[in-house]
Amino acid sequence: MLQILKARFHQKYRTFPFPEKMPPMAARYTGRPEIASGNCKSGCNACVAACPVGALSLGENKRPIIDMGSCLFCRACETACPEKLINFTQDFSLAANKKEGLLINAATFKRAEAMGNELRRLFGRSLKLRQVSAGGCNACEADTNVLATPNFDLARYGIQFVASPRHADGLLITGPVSQNMKLALLKTYEALPSPSIVIATGACAISGGLFKGNSEVNDGVGNLIPVDLYIPGCPPNPWTILEGILRFMGRL
Amino acid sequence: MKNQLILKNGTSASLDKMPVLESDAFRQHLTNLLQKGSRLSALFAVPTEQQAIVYAAVADDETAEIELFASKCGRKNISLTPHIPQAHWFEREMAEIHGIEMVGHPWLKPIRFQPRKGQTVEIIPGATEYFEVKGEEVHEVGVGPVHAGIIEPGHFRFQCHGEKVFHLEIELGYQHRGIERAIPGMPHEKAIRLMEAVAGDTSIGHATAYAMNIEALSGLKASQNAKIIRSVALELERMANHTGDLGALAGDVGFLPTSAYCGRIRGDILNTTGLICGNRFGRGLVKAGGCGYEIDSDLKKQILDKLLLIEADLHSAIDLIWDTPSVVSRFEETGTVSREDALAIGMVGPAGRACGLMVDTRISHPFGAFDKFAPAIPLIELGKLGDVNARATIRWLEIQESLRLIREMLAALNSEPAGYNHEQVKPVANSVAISLTEGWRGEICHVAMTDEQGQLKAYKIVDPSFHNWFGLALSLRDQEISDFPLCNKSFNLSYCGHDL
Ligand code: SF4
Repeated sequence: MLQILKARFHQKYRTFPFPEKMPPMAARYTGRPEIASGNCKSGCNACVAACPVGALSLGENKRPIIDMGSCLFCRACETACPEKLINFTQDFSLAANKKEGLLINAATFKRAEAMGNELRRLFGRSLKLRQVSAGGCNACEADTNVLATPNFDLARYGIQFVASPRHADGLLITGPVSQNMKLALLKTYEALPSPSIVIATGACAISGGLFKGNSEVNDGVGNLIPVDLYIPGCPPNPWTILEGILRFMGRL
Repeated sequence: MKNQLILKNGTSASLDKMPVLESDAFRQHLTNLLQKGSRLSALFAVPTEQQAIVYAAVADDETAEIELFASKCGRKNISLTPHIPQAHWFEREMAEIHGIEMVGHPWLKPIRFQPRKGQTVEIIPGATEYFEVKGEEVHEVGVGPVHAGIIEPGHFRFQCHGEKVFHLEIELGYQHRGIERAIPGMPHEKAIRLMEAVAGDTSIGHATAYAMNIEALSGLKASQNAKIIRSVALELERMANHTGDLGALAGDVGFLPTSAYCGRIRGDILNTTGLICGNRFGRGLVKAGGCGYEIDSDLKKQILDKLLLIEADLHSAIDLIWDTPSVVSRFEETGTVSREDALAIGMVGPAGRACGLMVDTRISHPFGAFDKFAPAIPLIELGKLGDVNARATIRWLEIQESLRLIREMLAALNSEPAGYNHEQVKPVANSVAISLTEGWRGEICHVAMTDEQGQLKAYKIVDPSFHNWFGLALSLRDQEISDFPLCNKSFNLSYCGHDL
């Protein structure tokens, strides 16, 4: 017993006061990309060629567009750009309501909006989610799971991951949705009481990620069920996940 | 045998050197090697136009050598499993992917529910025949694929009498994403990212194995600094996962202090990896030919300072487990796997070591910086080996050993660059390379083969979970069904690493 008290004393109070304070990110953390104004070198394709996952394309004016829904945040494009137009910031607020909202072609980004008033009235101050890993590699899952630890203390925001879809207001889905999880995912979705919400977390769940195009997967959740919130990253940082959910609850 | 192909870890040879034996000779040779105490690191088939070729990779832990040999294989093969239980899962895999019948295999059924090439019938995952125990009041409990927590999917079938489990059968495959099939022809910059997602909690372990193969095939050598940075990251990965699991084990017996603290400390360890490469799982850190990131003296100091705090927190949180008799008594004599069984089914990693097997590729087949910085395998004298307590103890000892190794390795860093040059990645044609790394769950084995153009034509991945899932099933024999979460966490095997 004394040992337990001693340990409690040693471990201190570690819950980070988010959103009152902004959590410190590692100096090398890669957050939201920005594309500076200015012209690309004519005929340049360096960023597109450097991207390992085809997350980059050139827009009508031949300037780069980064799809955060596929992006690994590897910075290869940033290094490749001869005009230094692509810059990755430390901004970890990456969630969007629509897939198109994840396309970045400027220094601006429209952050996710809260769910509709009717849903907010129904859910009140809490949100119960059922997590489904559908071909996820356990990185997105781990960075979701970590939100329950004292550092984040998810429960203080009224958010809880529950054991049954019947107790849930929505699903948080990770993974590209493997063929072998399609049925289980759809059944879990159908078991939700309505109205319900769906959150696609991580590049795989949004677009298929590194598995895009494999016949063994469904290239993301959106091809099977409607998605209300997209949280990009490979995997997203836990603060990105938490920030996205809080925004969606209208708490930020 | 006259022609032998023997490789050291992380080296390559021309495919022409691969001995192709008659199937009887292949079986005989494999049996001989395993009887002498070598381990089956990989057994897999590569289809050719007419038939398939079966390859075996057998690791000799005494000599640090890996022997590779092959056999042409028809549609029907005599199963090795009755004599070599280690082969059982590999043979099921080959039968499933390539439609090769394994005559005499005692339990030939799918492991991943993955459609065969050209197969059109719809496959329903998990729908198969299960081992059934019959008798009065014997009942069956099915769990999954979707479980109650934030955890990957898998299906577990228990045959029980009251609370007592006679038998557990595990069916996986829900996470199958077609990784091995996707690799041939994929650009290496993308493929290494894919390796990081084989099992996200083992990003460094799998990416390192891939990098070693590509380096061997391209005649590249990672600098000593690059090797150190990768090995430091691998040890951080080990620490983070062991810490998380020790916390989860405490949670599973309702001991909340350790569970709460460890959950947070695990995050601190992941954040230490984040200091090196910006990503908590080490994404982008390992590259073919070197590292994506350097550690300068400032960063080194930051890491060391952070480790000092982590170490104190770990001792405060984890020592509580063994200070609390009610926790230890739940761990002790729960989920025991005997040394004989562990050896027979080829268990690896801490789960194998907890049964008294001296298996650790960092020592037996040194790679990265481990040739100079070898871990001491913690030998545990717990009386009864192979239970949850042994697995937990081993993991705690390994965390402390990882801390020592990381400090020693960081001290050996010099100013030489650790970077890589993508242009130099040019695998030679018609070759084979093999690499073993010691992930936190145990031996990771990757085998790469190139075609006439030097493109990868086949790539085999064996996650440690592939060897160990059956060990988890064995650990449940004669246990209470309520012991399952505890046993499961003490192994914490990978679903996606198995399913690929
Ligand atoms: S940071 Fe994203 S867009 Fe840029 S190269 Fe990497 S994956 Fe592609």
